[in-house]
Amino acid sequence: MSAIPSVFRKAARSEPVRQQLTVRARLRRDWPLLLMCVPAMGLLLVFHYIPALGNVIAFQDYNPYVGDNPLEAFLYSEWIGFGNFEYLFTTSAFWDAVRNTLTITAFQLIFYFPIPIALAMLLNSILSPRIRSLVQSVVYLPHFFSWVLVVSLFQMMFGGAGLIVQTAGQAGFTVPDIMTNPDTFLFLITAQSLWKDAGWGMIVFLAALAAIDTNLYEAAAADGAGRWRRLWHITLPGLRPVIILLLILRLGDALNVGFEQFVLQREAVGRDAAEVLDTYVYYQGIAVQQWGVGAAAGLFKAVVGLLLIVGANKVAHRFGEQGIYSKS
Amino acid sequence: MSVRPVWEEKPSLLGRVGKGTILTVVVLAVLVPLWVVLVTSLSSEATINNAGGYVFLPREFDPSAYIVIFTGGQITDAILVSTVVAVAGTALSLVVTVLAAYGLSRPGSLGHRPILFYFLLTFLIYPGMIPSYLVVTGLGLKDNLLSLILPTAISAFNLVVLRAFFMNIPGELLDSARIDGAGELRILWRIVLPLSKAVTAVVGLFYAVGYWNAFFNAVLYIDRNDLQPVQRVLQQFILAGQSPTSSGTAVYVPGLGSAIPPTLAIKMAVVVVTIVPALLVYPFIQRHFTKGVIIGAVKG
Repeated sequence: MSAIPSVFRKAARSEPVRQQLTVRARLRRDWPLLLMCVPAMGLLLVFHYIPALGNVIAFQDYNPYVGDNPLEAFLYSEWIGFGNFEYLFTTSAFWDAVRNTLTITAFQLIFYFPIPIALAMLLNSILSPRIRSLVQSVVYLPHFFSWVLVVSLFQMMFGGAGLIVQTAGQAGFTVPDIMTNPDTFLFLITAQSLWKDAGWGMIVFLAALAAIDTNLYEAAAADGAGRWRRLWHITLPGLRPVIILLLILRLGDALNVGFEQFVLQREAVGRDAAEVLDTYVYYQGIAVQQWGVGAAAGLFKAVVGLLLIVGANKVAHRFGEQGIYSKS
Repeated sequence: MSVRPVWEEKPSLLGRVGKGTILTVVVLAVLVPLWVVLVTSLSSEATINNAGGYVFLPREFDPSAYIVIFTGGQITDAILVSTVVAVAGTALSLVVTVLAAYGLSRPGSLGHRPILFYFLLTFLIYPGMIPSYLVVTGLGLKDNLLSLILPTAISAFNLVVLRAFFMNIPGELLDSARIDGAGELRILWRIVLPLSKAVTAVVGLFYAVGYWNAFFNAVLYIDRNDLQPVQRVLQQFILAGQSPTSSGTAVYVPGLGSAIPPTLAIKMAVVVVTIVPALLVYPFIQRHFTKGVIIGAVKG
């Protein structure tokens, strides 16, 4: 009985005092909190960490039929070292997927990345709060749609039987079906991404813009800086940390261009244009059942992605930016 | 209405027209497709044929497409499946996430750092599609709706958002409850949750939207026709519908008789059905999510 208040007196004080409690006393105080974390930890263990460890089948000639269940099959499958990777690195289809992925990332960096920034600055310059909130409500919306829905809507608008082709046909024009054209696939997927997420991507920039001290604008204007000088010397520097943070995240995700968007359209435009690393993993691993090869491609992607994000963060620190995690 | 800052010049006519045009185009680009889908889904076959395809201006109100899809057959099944998955999944996700977020909300509690690290590490380590597939099927979850729920049941991002909010609740409040003899669960239920209704609702709706929109897990784990979620039906109707050759994705519509392809109105009605839940919850979360997302972005 008396133990509980004394624990409290200490717990209420600052951290160093807390540390003096023995582990046993802290356990007695904190066990309900620990217990509360258990379900979430269990779910992540089974569906995140065990699969992450399961990536070791990248080094196996995994055969699900050598045991009664996948675990046994894992124990009995043959270890082949880097055989799967050697196969990958000598396969042109794999490099095609890598090249497509990087092309898409580069393309979207140029034609997608600046749009939410521009949109946020445009909206920020609108003074009427009603128009602002109206536009915001509308442009956030597609973020909550599934990729299936977004691709379906594009199909209805731009597809061979879609609204635009039909309307143009009635007016006597022929418009190509861009949904099945591999040459314009890059533009198509970028347009889809923009439609779905540009509005949502704007949120974080709007927040950064709202945080800029208006005194700066006033002082600059008093010194004779015009609209564009203020944009250049106050607004853009104000956005700089956020822009760099998001650039780093984007670079770390260079091999991660999304999956559903491509799996949904791969058949329509063909493998040459729409095969990215994720779809390669799926078709090699699950559809063709070359488990080891698929896992190797997935592991390659995960490891390169991790290295990219750590590397990009290092670069950001060198430039004196905060990055996604601090140096300590 | 709007107050111009003293230092801001009067905008030029060109600038105003330009801004207005851009914003109008952006807004219309989102709304027009939705409008066309809605109007077409509510039109009769004759009107659709007269219009040569999609209908832009409503001439009549014909709900027959909706009657078809809601009176049995694969689409009705799919709507039910998606609803069950979204409701059950959201409930499970919320309980698990709220518990863990509260369990981690007191700095200095035993093991709080390593456990937090355990959750945050999931941002950096990807499980990989192949091993995940093997684990889920190895657990016998193939053709089981749990395969659409459990693997995505917890998102570390949502956990971080909730935890950040819980940590801002004044500690004195919790301490006083504790001195009155309340256990942790009671504190969570009686004090913390009522104070964080808004953020909990946003997180719950993020989960709900995720479950409702999930498509690829169904491709991986669900083969049975009567267990397909609504996104999968949408894909089969609209996208695969054009080349109904591949055997794996053949569409079976008992409500229509299996041979007849769905009419455009029915296709559009399916599209509307996939959108409507998002539209219904949207006004409620809209007010809150900006704040929630930014907390997550800053503390994550």
